[in-house]
Amino acid sequence: MLDLLSGFIVELRNAGLPVSLTENLDAMEAIMHIPLEDREAFKYALGATLVKNHSHWRSFETVFEVYFSLRGPEYAIDGTGEGNADLDEFMRQMQNLQGQGEGKGGGTMDGLTPEELMNILMNALMNGDQAMMRALAKQAVQRFAGMEPGRPVGGTYYLYRTLRNLDLDGMIDKLMEASRQQVGGELTNLEERLERDEYQDRIEKFKQEVEAEIRRRLVADRGAEAMAKTLRKPLPEDVEFMHASRDEMQHLKKALQPLTRKLAARLARKRRHGRKGPLDFRNTVRHSLAYGGVPAEPKFKYPRPAKPELIVVADISGSVAAFARFTLMLVYAISNQFSKVRAFVFIDGIDEVTEYFKKTEDISEAIHRINTEADVIWVDGHSDYGHAFEVFWDKWGKEISPKSTVMLLGDARNNYHASQSWVVKEMRAKARHVYWLNPEPKSYWNTGDSIVGEYGTFTDGVYECRNLRQLEAFVEKLA
Amino acid sequence: MSNRFESVQEVREGLKRVNYLADEGIAGVAYLADRLGKPVLIEGPAGTGKTQLAKSVAELTGARLIRLQCYEGLDESKALYEWNYKKQLLRIQADKGSDGWSEIHDDIFGSEFLLTRPLLEAITAEEPVVLLIDEVDRVEVETEALLLEILSEYQVSIPELGTITANQIPLVFLTSNNTRELSEALKRRCLFLHVDYPQLEREKEIVLTKVEGITDALADQIARIVRSIRQLDLKKAPSVSETLDWARTLVLLGIENIDAEKAKETLHVLLKYQTDIAKAAKELSND
Repeated sequence: MLDLLSGFIVELRNAGLPVSLTENLDAMEAIMHIPLEDREAFKYALGATLVKNHSHWRSFETVFEVYFSLRGPEYAIDGTGEGNADLDEFMRQMQNLQGQGEGKGGGTMDGLTPEELMNILMNALMNGDQAMMRALAKQAVQRFAGMEPGRPVGGTYYLYRTLRNLDLDGMIDKLMEASRQQVGGELTNLEERLERDEYQDRIEKFKQEVEAEIRRRLVADRGAEAMAKTLRKPLPEDVEFMHASRDEMQHLKKALQPLTRKLAARLARKRRHGRKGPLDFRNTVRHSLAYGGVPAEPKFKYPRPAKPELIVVADISGSVAAFARFTLMLVYAISNQFSKVRAFVFIDGIDEVTEYFKKTEDISEAIHRINTEADVIWVDGHSDYGHAFEVFWDKWGKEISPKSTVMLLGDARNNYHASQSWVVKEMRAKARHVYWLNPEPKSYWNTGDSIVGEYGTFTDGVYECRNLRQLEAFVEKLA
Repeated sequence: MSNRFESVQEVREGLKRVNYLADEGIAGVAYLADRLGKPVLIEGPAGTGKTQLAKSVAELTGARLIRLQCYEGLDESKALYEWNYKKQLLRIQADKGSDGWSEIHDDIFGSEFLLTRPLLEAITAEEPVVLLIDEVDRVEVETEALLLEILSEYQVSIPELGTITANQIPLVFLTSNNTRELSEALKRRCLFLHVDYPQLEREKEIVLTKVEGITDALADQIARIVRSIRQLDLKKAPSVSETLDWARTLVLLGIENIDAEKAKETLHVLLKYQTDIAKAAKELSND
């Protein structure tokens, strides 16, 4: 047990979770008070002692599943695929079903045709039958995933194969149809929506069962350590913007909100607790009246540094679009820390999008409008920094003042067009600061058609912003 | 030290008796907090029952609840202790000329002249207490350090008096709305509990226990609508307390069955931003 636990903690650290020695000891102590056969309690005991940040919980869960998936009676796995544990369970399930007169096939599930299996699955989903869903997940994986021991394929491949065979999207429509029949007529919009949400939730649970089942089998095949390595997911703040999957994007988005709140609070605090200023004579005299004219309570003038004005110029062509979106979201979420924020987006043409943010409180809607409405294509829709900068300078260049800070976002992959880097030079001469944020790893800079170095010489600094952590650090420095 | 709880199950049932429906995680952590004698740091969105948990545990164990509400600018004299200098002055003046200086000195720094503040009070209490440090993320990072000694050693050091150690280890709950990252030092000393919006079944049960005169069907409908609304991309998702408000509103209005129209009319109880209300109303009426 101790070995397993220390392996588990090493893996947590590998996944990027900061687990200190005392936390480790706490975890050891905690599990002594918990009955080991209670898997949920065990999990929460470890979670409470080891994970101190909610955004790390998902990583923790993955590692936990890998290390402790083979333990616990209800998770007994049959190594051969036709062992007795599963079979018994199926038998019981089937008998239950038959008793209710809902099931079709008899004997074991192995003998069922796919259609029958689908019917049982549909029934289970209709009734929200947890145990049945778990058994079905097992059966589905066994039947459809086609897992071969020792084959070096990731779990996602098996998951995909299983789910494709089950056709869960079609299932939702069928379920909706069935519930319509049950009511005997049409559902109102609201009811329909609620039903759909309910089924989606159940199907999601079923998917998780399938995923867990695949993971269990893989762990049994390859061992926990190897498995943990392949499943290791970066923490949300370490996910790279440029290579984030859709799922990771969702998590990034969720992570962004609390982050902006924290950032805003921190910046506001920073602004308030500046250096102490000189004596405020007038205020001190005013307060001395309370002490009969004795200036017992000196008052100071606190400096109020002016809030910077921010001009964001972002490349939103395919490769860096996600990065631009996140930066704009972040900047607008803390826009009260700046006296003014203006946003421009470009691909090979450039357009101002400040208005989109002004009209709505909903940042994601504004981002959506940028993607659909902004006029950013000039010739062919491939990034042309040179042309975009030139137009920017002609149209809006005179509005850059010594108060403004200019942020240029993009990978500076210019498709071998003219760079027009004099624009950046001119900008720097007029603006307070000009910064360039590049979502690419530093080692890729100035390779191929990237000319970030050429632009960079005219800015006050080029920063690598591959993930939320780096972006946050930059923005904090800025305000 | 005797333990307050025998098992996780007992915590869960006990909390249910005092009308707090805990899930596996909450009950488990509360149980561990007692066993390990460690404070619990509760984090989560506003209105999910973080503070209520501490109150309920206090009620369950029959302990006195001592609450320290944190705010910016909270300091030692408000959180830990303060010398009652007025009384000290009186004491000095009363004895003018009689005693030697050293005797007075020893005398005026006795516990008689000490004003206990919540933290010290929790430590010195004779009877069982539950200490609730509410919204700990509101204090500055420097002030956080004040809490460290009491959280790990359950003692307070007063330079003039020495160290005061706890008679019994109190259950300590800290809540945080996560407006800033708490220091590692503080987190390390605590068990961590994230309280999220409840699952469908639990929310329904909460509505059923907390709202009087509500039917099972209505509670079910409420829980499901709230779940749908939470899935939207909103500025502020409805919290449990808002769900309860909404349920009470519906009961008061005598609504037995929610349709899109009625839901729209009462949405403002559930959501607090105009844009959110508009969005939810749109989502609920046409799919």
